[in-house]
Amino acid sequence: MEDTTPVVEITNVSKSYHRDHYVLQVLNDITFRIVSGEFLALMGPSGSGKSTLLNLIAGIDKPDSGAIQVAGVDIASLSETELAGWRATHVGFIFQFYNLIPVLTALENVELPLNLMGLSGKERREHAEMALKVVNLFDRKDHYPGQLSGGEQQRVAIARAVVTDPTILVADEPTGDLDRNSAEDVLNLMEYLNKEFGKTIIMVTHDPRAARRARVIRHLEKGVLSDVISQTPL
Amino acid sequence: MLFLKLLFRNTFRHRLRTGLTILGIAIAILAFGMLRTMIGAWYAGVEASSAGRLVTRNAISLIFPLPLNYKDKIRQVSGVSIVSYGNWFGGIYIDEKNFFANFAIEPKSYLELYPEFMLSRAEADAFLRDRKGFIAGRKLVEKYGWKIGTTVTLKGTIYPGNWDFVLRGIYRGKDKTTDETQFMFHWDYLNETVKKTVPRRADQVGFYVIGVTHPDLASEVAISIDRLFKNSLAETLTETEKAFVLTFIAMTEAILTVIQAVSLFVIFIILAVVANTMVMTTRERIGEYAVLKTLGFGGWHLAAIIFGESMVITMIGCILGIALTFPAAKIFSESLSTYFPIFYVEPNTLLLDLTAATAVGLIAAIIPTHRAVMIRIADGLRRLV
Repeated sequence: MEDTTPVVEITNVSKSYHRDHYVLQVLNDITFRIVSGEFLALMGPSGSGKSTLLNLIAGIDKPDSGAIQVAGVDIASLSETELAGWRATHVGFIFQFYNLIPVLTALENVELPLNLMGLSGKERREHAEMALKVVNLFDRKDHYPGQLSGGEQQRVAIARAVVTDPTILVADEPTGDLDRNSAEDVLNLMEYLNKEFGKTIIMVTHDPRAARRARVIRHLEKGVLSDVISQTPL
Repeated sequence: MLFLKLLFRNTFRHRLRTGLTILGIAIAILAFGMLRTMIGAWYAGVEASSAGRLVTRNAISLIFPLPLNYKDKIRQVSGVSIVSYGNWFGGIYIDEKNFFANFAIEPKSYLELYPEFMLSRAEADAFLRDRKGFIAGRKLVEKYGWKIGTTVTLKGTIYPGNWDFVLRGIYRGKDKTTDETQFMFHWDYLNETVKKTVPRRADQVGFYVIGVTHPDLASEVAISIDRLFKNSLAETLTETEKAFVLTFIAMTEAILTVIQAVSLFVIFIILAVVANTMVMTTRERIGEYAVLKTLGFGGWHLAAIIFGESMVITMIGCILGIALTFPAAKIFSESLSTYFPIFYVEPNTLLLDLTAATAVGLIAAIIPTHRAVMIRIADGLRRLV
């Protein structure tokens, strides 16, 4: 039975940027829903507003108008401090360039977001080690990012994203900086997290091969979201 | 714990830059500490002065003498317990480079008035017995390698001729504020010689030092003494020993002001050095701060990381600078003991060092923290690309 509980509800969202003397309309009255356990790929040309939409869903930017509800919370109405706390518990981020802290080991990087969870040191360590086992990098836990390959760094970043068991995982071009084999590994891992753990994933990508791993593909162009292009049943 | 790890590892991420910044702070703290110590040394005489002693001199100027017969009149003033007197001799030892303070004094009363010049009973008796004897401070004796019984010749400048003296005692200071570089001999020896060579200058003293029965009476006694000699040929000016010493300091006030200004300037230099490092550091890591914000870390966390790093760098530099100040002050004190007989690092100077470093560490982090906290996450992440 397909779970149709909406985890993300976007209603009439618009977003524009002010550049010097002109206004750049990035998103134009967008409305859509993402159900729990969905793996959504957002595609579109550069400048189409994919990353902006992702940032809005993840609570790192605010819309000019409209409402964004994630797990029942209207995040557009939260203050910056409330948003920071909300992100810590509800959102896991996977960036194109991994964005690991270079002076921390793989284990410490994964442990980092757990510092905001009020867990003991032992609990944090256990959770972080488990997350590294999930991404199959436990044996590299004491290595610094500079000692890992791009694919390995991205897997550590995925472990960091899932370690707090967030409501949604957002990934901005997660394979954009990887070679083909590493990209495959990362996509396999994301697919595994979606299928095995029911993680809701929203992925922005240019890469059609990456998008094909998603169950739902949507296209964004000139700030307007297309209907579902393809959908694989849950 | 992880937060502290992040803070310390960030601090030493660019070892050369952090090392050079720490070195810069250490040198600046050293310079600041030395300048403050120098100012302290300038005022050392004030600190060492006693509230129970008055100095009477000629009201026109210190270079004009007072008659010796004032002594008995001063002693009659109510509140006076003891009267001593002396003259600045201004003798030169070998050549003018070897400067040290040398006085002709009335030895018995003078030693009684200055218990901080600690002398053994035997040496004090030997000095009192020998009219050509002199006593000198430990530092002065060590500097020139004199021993008890050594004959030292001073070339007179105010009182011409070569004057031979025999070392009869070496005094030690009661505490570190006591000047241990003075040279004191019998006033009678000076007066008797002057009687023979320049009789008109005989029986004249440069200053009187007066002990009062209670420090609270000092002001009253000073007024009484000056009233006593009003409208005489040599009117007097009596002031506390502290005020007397301060008149000498006032003569060099401009130099002191410059030293104080330079010491403050040094603090601004440190501030510029640390602020520059912190601004560069934050600019380089702005993307990482955006990542931390994305993960849910708030402004206070970023502020703690940046302020913490700034404080770690500044405090390491400060401690290194303080550690260097002590040997530097020792070297300075030994080589310039003639000009700065009392030169030591006061606890107050260390407190000033720490206060200045703390202020610098905090101020230097304000702008970088503001930038890191205020940057939009999306803009910060873009810097990583």
